[in-house]
Amino acid sequence: MPSPTPVFAPLPGLASPSQPTARVRAAPRLRGDLGVWLVILMELLTFAILFVSYAFARTQELALFNASQATLNLHTGALNTVLLISGSACVASAVQAMGRDARVACARWLLGALACGSGFVGVKLWEYAGKLAEGVDLSTNTFYMFYLLLTGFHFLHVLVGLLALAWLWWRVRRGDYGRGDLHALETGAAFWHMVDLLWIVLFPLVYVMR
Amino acid sequence: MFRLTIGKTWVLLVLLTGLTFGLGEGGFFGHGAMLPVLLVLVFSGIKGALVILEYLEMRKAPGLWRWLLLGWLTLVLALVVLAYWIAS
Repeated sequence: MPSPTPVFAPLPGLASPSQPTARVRAAPRLRGDLGVWLVILMELLTFAILFVSYAFARTQELALFNASQATLNLHTGALNTVLLISGSACVASAVQAMGRDARVACARWLLGALACGSGFVGVKLWEYAGKLAEGVDLSTNTFYMFYLLLTGFHFLHVLVGLLALAWLWWRVRRGDYGRGDLHALETGAAFWHMVDLLWIVLFPLVYVMR
Repeated sequence: MFRLTIGKTWVLLVLLTGLTFGLGEGGFFGHGAMLPVLLVLVFSGIKGALVILEYLEMRKAPGLWRWLLLGWLTLVLALVVLAYWIAS
């Protein structure tokens, strides 16, 4: 004879308070503004075309590319990579700090990122000054045309990123953001990380690989 | 899923940059050698993926965005390998 169904059986899917509940995972979410992300995609596409154009142009003038590339300073290229990577870590830490409502820590991390970015600008200007003194310009040869175009276009993105970070730092100091309002910070962070990502491809391509 | 903290990611990124610099300074390139090119691009691929997944927080983003960025990185590096292979 079948056992009778209990009258007060819990409904399917409803756990009693004594039962362990499964951890709820946050729904996937894009960090930052969708409009800025579309701009980031366009920038990535533009740089992809430039990177691949450089690599294939090199196949036509291999000796010239190798000889010209040997004049670049690998030390400053590596130093700038570390500065951008460190800047990215600072920005990520700033967003994380604001997620805990730690506004002072967030502002300090942003200052750290600004210092790293400014260091990059200083090193790059020093490098450009050296090249200008050697008489290098866009018309010198195909390698230097790509070198100035790629690094110069990237340099402009670093400057825009620095302006965005400075503005975010000022707003954080003013107390405009909090734990529930990370949108602007996440948007600025996304742009800065894109600048870092581009350099991660640019550095080995232009400075290292022969 | 395996996750790195911001600090550990930074250490890995700096280490891989150091290895890339070492290969460049050590005179491993030239004469059409493809191994150092592949090594440096693998380092760049790992560094790029770390920035995309950890700093851009693409782990927590919709799959389409995550694969769009990782796909961009893979395609660019693969085309660069092709160009260097042609020139070697």
